[in-house]
Amino acid sequence: MEFSEHIKTANVEDVVLRRPFHPPMQGTLCVTGHHLLFSNRDGDSSRLVLLLLRNIDAIEKRPSGSSGTITLKCKDLCVLQLDIPGMEECLNIARSIEYLSSLDIVSDMYPFFYRPLKLSLQDQWGLSSAEQNYAQMEELQDRWRLSHVNKDYSVCPSYPPAVIVPHSIDDETLVKVAKFRQGGRFPVLCYYHRKNGMVIMRSSQPLTGANRKRCREDELLLQAVIDGSGLGYIIDTRSNQQAQQARMTGGGFESKSSYSCWKRLHRQLERGKVLQESLIKLVEACGDHSHSVDRWLSKLENSKWLSHVHTALATAGLLAECVERDGHSVLVHGSEGTDTTLLVSSLAQLILDPKTRTLAGFLGLLEREWLLAGHPFQQRCAHSAYSHARLRLEAPVFVLLLDCVWQLARQFPLAMGFSEPLLLRLAMEVYASDYGTFLCNSDQERCAAGVKERTHCLFQFLLKPSERERYSNPLYEPTELAIWPSVQPQSLQLWRGLFLRWTQHAVHLEKAQEELRNLVIECRGAS
Amino acid sequence: MEHIRLPKVEKVRLIDKISSRRASVGTLYLTATHTIFVENETEIRTETWVLHSLVCSVEKQATTTTGSPLLVHCKNYQALRFIIPQERDCHDVHVSLLRLSRPARYEELYCFSFHANSDKEVRGQAWDFLSLKAEYSRMGVPNHLWNLSPVNRDYKVSDTYPAELYVPKSATHPVIVGSSKFRSRGRFPTLSYYCKENHAAICRSSQPLSGFSARCLEDEQMLEAIVRSNPRSDFMYVVDTRPKLNAMANRAAGKGYENEDNYSNIKFQFIGIENIHVMRNSLQKMLEVSEAWSPSMSEFLEGLESSGWLKHIKAVLDAGIFIAKAVAEDSVSVLVHCSDGWDRTAQVCSVASVLLDPYYRTLKGLMVLIERDWVSFGHKFSHRYNHLDGDPKEVSPVIDQFLECVWQLSEQFPCAFEYNERFLITIQNHIYSCQYGNFIGNNQKERTELRHQEKTHSLWTYLWENRTDHINPLYRPDHSQTQGVLRPVTAPYCFKFWRALYNRFDRGMHPRQSVIDYLMAVREETQQLEEQLVSHEEKIAILEKEQGKSIQTKTNTLDRSHAVWASPPSESCLGLANTPGDYSGLGDFLSSSPCQQTGPESSLLILPRPGERRKPSDPDLSTNSDDQESGIADLSSPPSEDSAKDPDEAAYSAA
Repeated sequence: MEFSEHIKTANVEDVVLRRPFHPPMQGTLCVTGHHLLFSNRDGDSSRLVLLLLRNIDAIEKRPSGSSGTITLKCKDLCVLQLDIPGMEECLNIARSIEYLSSLDIVSDMYPFFYRPLKLSLQDQWGLSSAEQNYAQMEELQDRWRLSHVNKDYSVCPSYPPAVIVPHSIDDETLVKVAKFRQGGRFPVLCYYHRKNGMVIMRSSQPLTGANRKRCREDELLLQAVIDGSGLGYIIDTRSNQQAQQARMTGGGFESKSSYSCWKRLHRQLERGKVLQESLIKLVEACGDHSHSVDRWLSKLENSKWLSHVHTALATAGLLAECVERDGHSVLVHGSEGTDTTLLVSSLAQLILDPKTRTLAGFLGLLEREWLLAGHPFQQRCAHSAYSHARLRLEAPVFVLLLDCVWQLARQFPLAMGFSEPLLLRLAMEVYASDYGTFLCNSDQERCAAGVKERTHCLFQFLLKPSERERYSNPLYEPTELAIWPSVQPQSLQLWRGLFLRWTQHAVHLEKAQEELRNLVIECRGAS
Repeated sequence: MEHIRLPKVEKVRLIDKISSRRASVGTLYLTATHTIFVENETEIRTETWVLHSLVCSVEKQATTTTGSPLLVHCKNYQALRFIIPQERDCHDVHVSLLRLSRPARYEELYCFSFHANSDKEVRGQAWDFLSLKAEYSRMGVPNHLWNLSPVNRDYKVSDTYPAELYVPKSATHPVIVGSSKFRSRGRFPTLSYYCKENHAAICRSSQPLSGFSARCLEDEQMLEAIVRSNPRSDFMYVVDTRPKLNAMANRAAGKGYENEDNYSNIKFQFIGIENIHVMRNSLQKMLEVSEAWSPSMSEFLEGLESSGWLKHIKAVLDAGIFIAKAVAEDSVSVLVHCSDGWDRTAQVCSVASVLLDPYYRTLKGLMVLIERDWVSFGHKFSHRYNHLDGDPKEVSPVIDQFLECVWQLSEQFPCAFEYNERFLITIQNHIYSCQYGNFIGNNQKERTELRHQEKTHSLWTYLWENRTDHINPLYRPDHSQTQGVLRPVTAPYCFKFWRALYNRFDRGMHPRQSVIDYLMAVREETQQLEEQLVSHEEKIAILEKEQGKSIQTKTNTLDRSHAVWASPPSESCLGLANTPGDYSGLGDFLSSSPCQQTGPESSLLILPRPGERRKPSDPDLSTNSDDQESGIADLSSPPSEDSAKDPDEAAYSAA
C-alpha cells in the first residue's frame, strides 16, 4: 500500500507545538506513513518529537485567519495542539492524520515496519507455548492432558492450538462440547491450584436456548473436572436475569437439573458499550477543570468506572475464595467468554498465585489469559476515550484489568515484582504500539497475518535487562500467600497515574516514586 | 467510683463492623477511665480498651432475642457494637458510660489522673520543650519593625489572647487598647507569622464592631501600623474568611467587616469558609457514609459528595493558598479574621504557614505551629472537642480540618513532610482524648488557672520521644519538593477521602502492606549493617596490628520479613494479609458448603478486629493503629444455620 497518496502536504515550517509540561515549541512538522515528526532547531541543539499516528484518537481542526489549529487527542490521554500557518496545509495535514491514524489492514500497521537495530526478527516471539506451560506443571499431568484438537483452529477459531482438558475426555467429545458452547469455546483449564488440586476453568456460555437443550458431552466434561471432590462452582459474569434472557437468543446457562453438582453464582459485570461509555465519561470528568469538588465527585460517580473496578475485584475475590478457602473448582464464563471471563480469571490468578506476580509471570499471564485466550484486542482497542467515531466493538476491558491490578498493587505494595510504570506502558501499548503483540483478535489471526514472523514481540522486549530494571518494583518481597484485596469503596481509588497522567499532580507523585526507588537502591547499596 | 453502676458484665458480644456476622464473646469491665472488653473464648486473650474521654455517643438500641445492643461511637472514629444479654445490665452500662464520658468539671479529665505521680521536676521540664518565644525569634521577631507587647500581660485586654503578643513597633499602647475595644472579645490585630525574607506578615484578629457605619480611629491606625511595618508594600490585604452573606448579617448585631473607605491602603477580600455548624453537619454526613455497612461505590461517592466535606477542605486550603501567595509572591502583609478569630482564622493562618515555611513541615515545626496558632491564640479546644459535658452546638471539627489539609498536602507532595500520617492521626486522637494537658480549657488563661503544667503531661514531649514512629522515610530536607513555598494543585480531583483517619479502626480496609514500615525497616537494617561494618573494620585493624592472622568476620543476615505486612504482631500478621474480604455479598454463603476444609494449611482463618490491647499504664492509650494487636477468630467453626441456603437459589433470588 502506498501511503504517499494520502499525504498531500508532507512538510510544514514554523509550526508551533503545545503539549503538557513543555513550553510551546516552534519547528518543522513532517507527516510520514505512520508518524508525525516534529523537529526544532534551536541554535546547536535540535529536538525531535515523534508521535505514532495510531495513537491519535480524535482530531479537531479550527481555522483562525490564514492559519489553522489542530488539536490531537491521543489514546494515551495526552492532548497536543499544533498551530499551522496556511489553511490549506492545515487541512491537508488533518486529512492525512485522519486517514492514516485509522488504518484497518493489519499488515499496513507500523509494527510491520518497525525495525530497530537492537532487535532481530529471529528472536523468539511470545514467552512460552502451551506445551511448555503444561510440561512445567507435573502435578496436574495425571488428571489433565494437553489436547491438540484445535491445532488448525477448526474447533474454536479464538482458541490457541493446544489447550488443557481433563484426561478422561477425548478429542471427539471436545468437538461435540465445542458445538454446544458459543464460538466453540469449550471449558478449558486456565489455573491449577497446587495447594489443593482445585482448578479454574473458563469457557463461553452453553447454547441451551429457549427449549433448554442439553449436551451430554458438556455435562461429562464438567463432571470430569470435579471428579472426586463432589462439587463445583460456576461463576457467571452476567446477572441471573441476563443469563435467562440469553436463552432467547440461543445462549443460556448450566441449569441445576442438568448440572446437579455445580452451583451457579451470578455476578453482573458490565462489558462492551457500557464499559466504553464509562471510560469516556471518566476521561471527560478528569479533563473538566471547573473548580467545584461536588461536580467532580458527581461526575466521577456518574462515570461508574470505579463501580466496575469494584465489581471486577469483588468477583475475582469470590472466585479465588471458592478455590482457596472453600476448596472447590470453578468454571467462569459470561457470554462470549472473551472479555469479563478473562478479566475475572486473571485477577483471581494474581490473588492466588505468587508466580503470576513477578514481571515475567505477569506478562506470561497476559499472554496465556488474554492473547492466546482470544481477547479481541483489535476490536476492543480500535478507539479510546476521545474518539467521536460511532462505537462499534470497543471496550476497555484490558484497561479495566490494568486498573484492578494497580489497585491490588496499591493494597499490597510489596507483593508485585512489577511497578506502576509497567501498567502505564501496557495501557499505552495496547492502543498504539511499535510491537505486534496486541495486533489482531486471536492467535489464528496473528498467525495468518504473519505477526509472529514480521513484527517484534513487546513482552520479549520488556524482559530485556534494561527494560526489566525500569519496570521492576524496588520494594518487591515475594510472598507465597494469597493477597486478598479489600473491596470496600474506601479502599479503592481513582488511578491517578493513568487518568491524570498529564497533570502537574501526577508529576509530584512521579517524583516521589523516583525518590522511593533511590532510597531503596541506596539502602540496598549500603548493605 | 460513684458513677459506675455495674463494674462487670459477662457474656457480652462485640460485633465486628466489616463482617457483622462475626462476634466475639467476652466480659465487659467498666473502670474509672476505660471500658475494657476482654475476649475469653479464644486461646489468645484479646482486650479492647476504650478511653471514656474519647466516647462521643452511647446509644442503646431496641432489645432483640439475642440481647440489648449498645452502640458506642468514639471521637477518634472508632465504633463498637456490644450486645449485652440482660436489658437491665445494658441499661446500667449505658447510664454509667453516659456519665463517665461526660465529665462535669475539668478536674475529672483524664490528664489529671494520667501518670499523676511521676516526678514533678521532669514533668515541668517536659513542658519547656516547646517555647513560643523561641519560635518568634526563629521567625525574626522582635526586630526593628515588630515589638513584644506587654499589653495583655494579665489577660486584661483580651482574656482569650495569650499574655505575650507581637505588634508593629509604631502601634502605641492607646492604639492597641483602642483597637481592641473595636474588635469582638478584644481580639485586636496581632502577629501570627512573619516572613523575614521580605518582611511581609500574617496578622490575625476578630471582626470589627463596625455595624453599619461605626468607625474607630485607633483601629484604622492599627492597620496602618501593620502596613507601615512592611517596607516592601504600600498596602495590605484584609481577608474575611466568612461567606459575604454571613459577614453582612453580622452588621445588624453591631459587628461586621472593614469598610475599605475608612481604612487607608487596604484591599478587602471575602473567602467563603462556612461556619462551625455547617462543618459539624458535614462531618456527620460523611461519617454516616464511611460507617455504612458495605455501601456500593455509587452510594459511597454520592454520600461523600452530598456531605460537602471535601468542598469545605478545599475552601480552607484555597484560603491558605491565597494568603501564602500574597505573602511570598507579592510581599504583601495580610490581616485574617472571621467572627471571633479563633476557628477559621486559626485554620487559614496555619495552613498558610505550612505552605510558606518548610519548618512547619517538620515534626517540631507542626507542634510549634499548633501551639502558636491554635493553643496560644485561644482556640476553644474544650468547647469544640466536647471535653466536658457542654453545649453540643459548640462542637465542631475545626482542627480536624486543618490536620486534613496538611494530610491532603502531604499526599500531593510525598517528599515534603518530615512527619507521616500517623503523626497527624495521633495528634487528632489526643486533641480529643484529654490524656495530655496541652488542649484542656479554651484559652491560655484557663489553662494557667488549671495549673496544667504542674498537674499534667505534655503531648509534645511524648511525641518527640517517640518520633521514630512518626517519621516519613521519603522526606529529604534537600529535595526540590521540600524547598520553599508549596504550590499545590487545587483541582477537585486532588482531594481524597482520608480513609486512614475516618475508617481508622476498620483495619480490613487499609493497605495490607505498609511502604513506610518497610522503608523504615530497610533503613534501620542499613544503619545496623553500617555500624557492624565500622566495628568489624576496627576489629580488623586491631587484629592486623596484633598479627597477620586470617580473620573471619561474621555478618548477620537480618530478617526483614516482619516489615512486609502492615501489622506487626507476628502471629496475626500473616493472617491479616491473608483474610479475604466479603466478596460474596451474601455474607458467609461459603461456610454452608458441604465440604468444609479442615486443615489449617495456608489458612486464612484469622480475622483482624479493630481493637486495642494495652495496659492502662501505657502512656499512649489508643493511638496509632499499628501498635494494636488484632484478635483472632476461627472461621473454621461449624457453619451457621441461617446461612445454609442453597447458593444457587440465593443467586436466583439475589438477581
